Amino acid sequence: MSAILPPSQRLWWKQPLDKVEGTWIALALLWCLILFFMMPFWHVYGKQNLSNEAYRTSPEAFQKKAQELVDQYTVRTETDANIPVVRPPAGSDIYILGRLWQWWPIYELEKGQTYRVHTSSLDWQHGFSLQPLNINFQVLPGYEMVVTMTPDTSGTFTIVCNEYCGVGHHTMVGRIYVVDKKE
Amino acid sequence: MATTTTDYRICPDTGLQFHRSAENLMKANAVAGVVFLLIGGILALLVTLTRWPAVHLLPADTFYQALTAHGLDMLVFWIIFFEIAVLYFASSTLLRSRLATPKIAWLGFALMIIGAVTTNIAIWRGRSSVMMTSYVPMPAEPTLYLGLILFAVGALIGCFVFLGTLVVARAERTYQGSIPLVTFGALTACIIAIFTIASGAIILIPTFLWSAGYISHIDPLMYRVIWWGFGHSSQQINVAAHVSVWYLVAALVFGAKPMSEKVSRGAFLLYILFLQLASAHHILVDPGVSSEWKIFNTSYAMYLAVLASMVHGLTVPGAIEVAQREKGFNKGLFEWIRKAPWGNPVFSGMFISLIGFGFLGGISGVVMGTEQINIIIHNTIYVPGHFHATVVIGTTLAFMAVTYFLIPALFRRELIWKGLAKWQPYLFGLGMSAFALFMMGAGTLGVQRRHWDMGFTGAMLGYEYPGSAYLMMGIMGIAGVAAVIGGGLYILITVGSILFGKKLPGAQFHDLPTPVPQAAAALQGHGHAGFAAPGTFALALVFLVSFVVYYFINWKYLASVWPLG
Repeated sequence: MSAILPPSQRLWWKQPLDKVEGTWIALALLWCLILFFMMPFWHVYGKQNLSNEAYRTSPEAFQKKAQELVDQYTVRTETDANIPVVRPPAGSDIYILGRLWQWWPIYELEKGQTYRVHTSSLDWQHGFSLQPLNINFQVLPGYEMVVTMTPDTSGTFTIVCNEYCGVGHHTMVGRIYVVDKKE
Repeated sequence: MATTTTDYRICPDTGLQFHRSAENLMKANAVAGVVFLLIGGILALLVTLTRWPAVHLLPADTFYQALTAHGLDMLVFWIIFFEIAVLYFASSTLLRSRLATPKIAWLGFALMIIGAVTTNIAIWRGRSSVMMTSYVPMPAEPTLYLGLILFAVGALIGCFVFLGTLVVARAERTYQGSIPLVTFGALTACIIAIFTIASGAIILIPTFLWSAGYISHIDPLMYRVIWWGFGHSSQQINVAAHVSVWYLVAALVFGAKPMSEKVSRGAFLLYILFLQLASAHHILVDPGVSSEWKIFNTSYAMYLAVLASMVHGLTVPGAIEVAQREKGFNKGLFEWIRKAPWGNPVFSGMFISLIGFGFLGGISGVVMGTEQINIIIHNTIYVPGHFHATVVIGTTLAFMAVTYFLIPALFRRELIWKGLAKWQPYLFGLGMSAFALFMMGAGTLGVQRRHWDMGFTGAMLGYEYPGSAYLMMGIMGIAGVAAVIGGGLYILITVGSILFGKKLPGAQFHDLPTPVPQAAAALQGHGHAGFAAPGTFALALVFLVSFVVYYFINWKYLASVWPLG
């Protein structure tokens, strides 16, 4: 019963390890090294990485930038709440804001184009979760994150909030349309 | 310390010695833990029945309230009360020493009780449904944070009483040489706990002041970074504690000894050295934190802690295999495991805990702790799938298993309903495994955690998850109910045994501690092909292959989403 008794050999650290342990430690260490190198590897060769670009902002400043885009490029409104559907020029900077309990506005993007997507929250923490792709990241008040996205599939995509933000959390749903190039 | 003639009791069945003060404290902490397990378990049923789409039991506000209470009662109160009992056992009982400062230990216990009750009342009052993480700037009542702080101070006192007992045992020479491996593991848990509670204080005290109106602003990103230094490390206390319990059970049931002390202790040391900043993997998709920092912290720290768990995953069953081969179960690769006492809940609970923790909890944890793969997992229901595998199958089930040993040894009662006790770990362990697995499956399909309604009732814009997501959430519900029944059986059996179990006959009392016996020499000359534990090695290879395959499947899945940068 030696795991509950003091080691039988006083100099237990001098006891040689068994072959089974040595082999396993070598294998496990090798695997841990592979796990480690996969992350920098993906930064170089993979296409899905979150950028480090982030700024401090305020709810007012962020809302202003989103409003500018809405004023300029709204093509129609949707639902009873008249949520603007915004179609900015391909490749531009777009602003998606999260607030209790809405992602605002709706964007119509062009397939194959790269957009700089800015996100921030006007109140509590929110979670940006794009379905059905399952792209997820955190949205914090006071921080503006920029992620470049290249929609390579067309269709209707839904932004679900995946950070608990109060009792209406489950109604916090937004939308992105990705359309093929027209004309 | 005054010693009366009945201060030390030798358990006639196990030969363990209990110091009266330590024994009472162990009982009090274990019982308090089980009370919170009961509360958390009732809430677990309500939460499961709400997330099971076909049932959808609670209204939204009650659901978030129940979920907040469930998280804190289980992850904090149940587990830490039990861990304090484990610390007293690993110090006072295993070292055959008196407990240092029992009165201060009772003070710690009282603070923990007051804190836990205060926090529960704050949640019950309805304005503190902020979840376990209590992310600012979403506010809770000041009493929620105050309760957590009081509980933490109480637990910290428990840690210092444990350390004090180690000092007393050494000074009074109750044992010779180094402390036993299980005590070493408990020491690991204690050191991590002290770091963790410090992090908790750094963030919870200002948050309490903010909530009470004395501080105007807390930066949400800073809150997250420091909170997770507390939140994640506190789960590493559990890992160190339940790995110690695995070694303990292997020793109690099989008389197993570690294959080499050096390897097992070295692995515990890796936990201490390398896990703190591994909590960075909770902020992998946060704005304002650089990729270099994320990679550095999730790799150097996390993978060396992963290495430690992979080592324990081999050495615990390896020690059992060696002990079984010594007893003559030496045929082929797996006779040792076939002939293990599968009807003894102390063993079956511990072994299911080990397998579930490794395969489900360990692999999923590494996958979602990878900087880029986290993008397709963060905050989905995959996350609770992962931690139910680590904390519930790993920690809770290991604690359940050791309770079946403690009821006769510590409480001197015979188990009631032995037939049911035999099945309890299977019902709980397998129910919880299916529960965790289907949560991970649903998370892969994008189902959110901490979310009242996957149908988005009342939302202006709708979204419909695929039918398979609903199917998985349904199976999760059924498996969750099975696990809750398994947990309920555990409470019935243990509480019933303590109250109504047949009293076991007389212990011998002594006025002085009896010395710790010396362990026999290490076992040698067993196994095949030069391996002392070839069967375990084969199982470990199965684990490694599953790990590699699943890891790269997730990279492939990640590669299919939109290019991001």
